Amino acid sequence: MAFLQVDHATKYFPNPSGEGQVCIFKDVTIKIEKGEFVTTIGHSGCGKSTLLNIIAGLETMSEGGVILNGREASGPGLDRMVVFQNFALMPWMTVFENIALAVRSAYPDWSREQVTAHVHKYIALVGLKGAENKRPTALSGGMKQRVGLARAFSIEPKVLLLDEPFAQIDALTRGVIQEELIQMWNTSRNTVFMVTHDVDEAILLSDRIMLMTNGPEARIAEIVDVTVPRPRSRATIIEHPHYYRIRNHIIHFLVRHAKHEPDSEAASAEASVSVAPVEVNFEKESPRAQLTAL
Amino acid sequence: MPSGTKSNPWLISGFLLAVFLLGWHFFTMRPTFDSRGMTEEQLQMMEFNGDIVRTNDGGYTWNPEKEKVKGVPGPLAVLEKARAELGEAFEKKGTNDHGIAYLVAYTVSRFAAGFFAASIVAIMLGILLGLNKVLFRAVNPYIQILKPISPLAWMPLLLYTVKDPKWTAVLVVFMAALWPTLATTAFGVNSLRKDYLHVAAILQLSWMKRLFKVILPGAAPTIVNGLRISFGSALVAVVPAEMLLGELGVGYLSWIEWNNLDIAGVIFAILVVGFVGVILDSGFNKLAGLVTYQE
Repeated sequence: MAFLQVDHATKYFPNPSGEGQVCIFKDVTIKIEKGEFVTTIGHSGCGKSTLLNIIAGLETMSEGGVILNGREASGPGLDRMVVFQNFALMPWMTVFENIALAVRSAYPDWSREQVTAHVHKYIALVGLKGAENKRPTALSGGMKQRVGLARAFSIEPKVLLLDEPFAQIDALTRGVIQEELIQMWNTSRNTVFMVTHDVDEAILLSDRIMLMTNGPEARIAEIVDVTVPRPRSRATIIEHPHYYRIRNHIIHFLVRHAKHEPDSEAASAEASVSVAPVEVNFEKESPRAQLTAL
Repeated sequence: MPSGTKSNPWLISGFLLAVFLLGWHFFTMRPTFDSRGMTEEQLQMMEFNGDIVRTNDGGYTWNPEKEKVKGVPGPLAVLEKARAELGEAFEKKGTNDHGIAYLVAYTVSRFAAGFFAASIVAIMLGILLGLNKVLFRAVNPYIQILKPISPLAWMPLLLYTVKDPKWTAVLVVFMAALWPTLATTAFGVNSLRKDYLHVAAILQLSWMKRLFKVILPGAAPTIVNGLRISFGSALVAVVPAEMLLGELGVGYLSWIEWNNLDIAGVIFAILVVGFVGVILDSGFNKLAGLVTYQE
């Protein structure tokens, strides 16, 4: 059994028109090994953020279960910390207080000095020394998310859940924070589940990328292995021969699924729910992968 | 000095006040008594009636005691009244004749007791309703019915049940301050960003920590807005409550001066009410500044 497993998850929402229910995704199974960085990409509305919230315990699923380290994980907990798209920092608390709130919750036995030292360590790690006593309003988007990352890493969760963490940050800052995230993750090696729209970000950070079809009844159609060795950096990753093959493959998939009426072949393939996700690995050069990489 | 006079609001305020006082003075000024064309008999009759009094130099002038209830008094009369009242501000001359400082203190403490009690009850109930949508929907119709009732409309019932005008006045302030805070607190807690509650849930914060570290500070700006509305409505209610119940205070002062037909005293009492309002309001704003934050 995998370290983190989402087992046959199905989610229904009440129909906006009032009658019946809409199936957001159906029978989704995800297996993530310890220390793995897995990303999900899909169009808006495919339910990937819902999936992340379900793992976090912030939303319930209609059918299925989440198993973490051999135990069912229901309800939110300190072992699954979320980094939110809109940062979710308390605006009435300073940077220090925001992180300290998390540290005190995770380590209730610690003394005041221990908590302070731990918080300062993580503030230094994200390069926010000197901003400890600022409130989030006084920070740029990039700095806010650095606080969000520091808060998440500081409680050393078993699973880190990143919900489009850099979507609200300008492109230049985004690259810098992505590399900071890589460095932090290199030392902590948390298990990570990320949701994003950004293909380059996914390739830079992930071990595997799961591609979701559009909802309703979305499912994970393909799992792409990122066959680029670590350590990776933004400057060198584009030199790797697999980089553009992976990138093109994903973009082709997304473009194919951008149309609301997929061609008959794809539609029939995706309509059959029981189909397991296709594994795409450019080192193994599976025929299916070659075909779609064009 | 052009830079000094440039857009100085105090200068304009001072100018407006001067224009108002001068206008008030001239419109309320009465002509001095003119005895020309009157017979000695007429003058003696008027003196007998108390309309005029004989001055030291042998002439006549309007009786100042009777002038007090003729027309609207001018600013000088009010100033004189104010000087007299402030001169004995800390004197207690009888059970119902306390100095103005006591009256202000009575009103402020009555107001504070009712307002604070109402705020605490309203915030606690508001949080409860804000967190529980079903309960909110269940209770909301009653709030909507009770909210528009004038706090003074409760007075006869309150007086009948508590049988003590002192506490009735406090309860009228309480009723006036309750509903706006209750409604806005419920709204503020209910519309608190879900992210904050999600963070609190993930961090497994205890019930108390969730309330005092997340919910209350998060809803504080909205709660303060509600308190501000409650504050105004309670301030409006406290004056007529004192008038109707005959409880010593600045509202009572205004009413008792009216009963004395001392119009200058009535105007003075009105000014005191305004002054007390400003004091309370500035105190409230200081308090509000401590708990609000910028998104």
